[in-house]
Amino acid sequence: MNIWLYILVMAAVTYLIRVTPLVLIRREIKSQLIRSFLYYVPYVTLAVMTFPAILEATQSPWSGLAALVAGILLAFFGRSLLQVAVFSCLVVLAAEFFLV
Amino acid sequence: MENRLAWYRRGMRDGIPIALGYFAVAFTLGIAAKNAGFTPVQAMVASLTNNASAGEYAAFSLVAAGASYWEVAVMTLVANARYLLMSCALSQKFAPGTPLIHRLVVGYDVTDEIFGICTARPGYLNPFYPYGAMSVAIPGWALGTLLGGVMGNILPARLVSALSVGLYGMFLAIIIPPARKDRVIAGLVAVSFAASFVISYLPALAAVSSGVKTIVLTVALSLAAAVLFPVGPERGGEQA
Repeated sequence: MNIWLYILVMAAVTYLIRVTPLVLIRREIKSQLIRSFLYYVPYVTLAVMTFPAILEATQSPWSGLAALVAGILLAFFGRSLLQVAVFSCLVVLAAEFFLV
Repeated sequence: MENRLAWYRRGMRDGIPIALGYFAVAFTLGIAAKNAGFTPVQAMVASLTNNASAGEYAAFSLVAAGASYWEVAVMTLVANARYLLMSCALSQKFAPGTPLIHRLVVGYDVTDEIFGICTARPGYLNPFYPYGAMSVAIPGWALGTLLGGVMGNILPARLVSALSVGLYGMFLAIIIPPARKDRVIAGLVAVSFAASFVISYLPALAAVSSGVKTIVLTVALSLAAAVLFPVGPERGGEQA
């Protein structure tokens, strides 16, 4: 398996996803089912990728859990993308100071 | 020409906070790429050619698991499917008669954030506005990934461990605010967490790769939600 070929596959698929609607579709998608499906996809994908993987990304599952809870709370109260990302990291750093 | 330059500069200005955020988040992506066996330069090229956090991360984890090219292609397609919808919405923002080349270039960097600032512009979109934003956001994303791949090696384990959750923090920042406003999304996120947890720790499914689990859960749960809670035109076209 060649890493460069993986990158080529990723880049080609990603570009086609983005550019195809811009080039081909000049009108809105009519099918409510497809529209609804595409609307929900990011939430499911990101949620599934976040949990429980976040518990295994850190040196201790408890620090990952703390980052998850902190991230959910911060995002819930409207903190920016950067703030949520940075603060989650700081929570892990602080938690592992005691745990590891 | 002056008009183009003005729009380009305005795009650059709005792109600077995006670039700074990208730089920090891409750093953790670089670490993920390194863990998947990418060199720092390969990681940077992946970011330069993809500009997609979740899609790249999903692909990296599949590569780490030794997946085939087809699996990586399908995973990239599923993880980046939201850009399809964004590009559909963005296609309505081009003035009639806009040369094709602008659609081809703008299409290179339809991200959550650049899509966001473009749709926030009233009326037709001058393509030089996204060009300005892209010209700072893309280097920020690529250099952050490169540095993550390089520094990930020399940083202490404690710091790498902390930085590894940055990307998950970003994902939470994307999914939680809409979940607060929309009970269906809130329920869907909760169900996704639960289903992902159960499937990950079910002994009978231990052999199934995490990437395949992500694909199957995404298609199944999104389809179920689409059938049970169809989205009207007032919601479907403009989420980020």
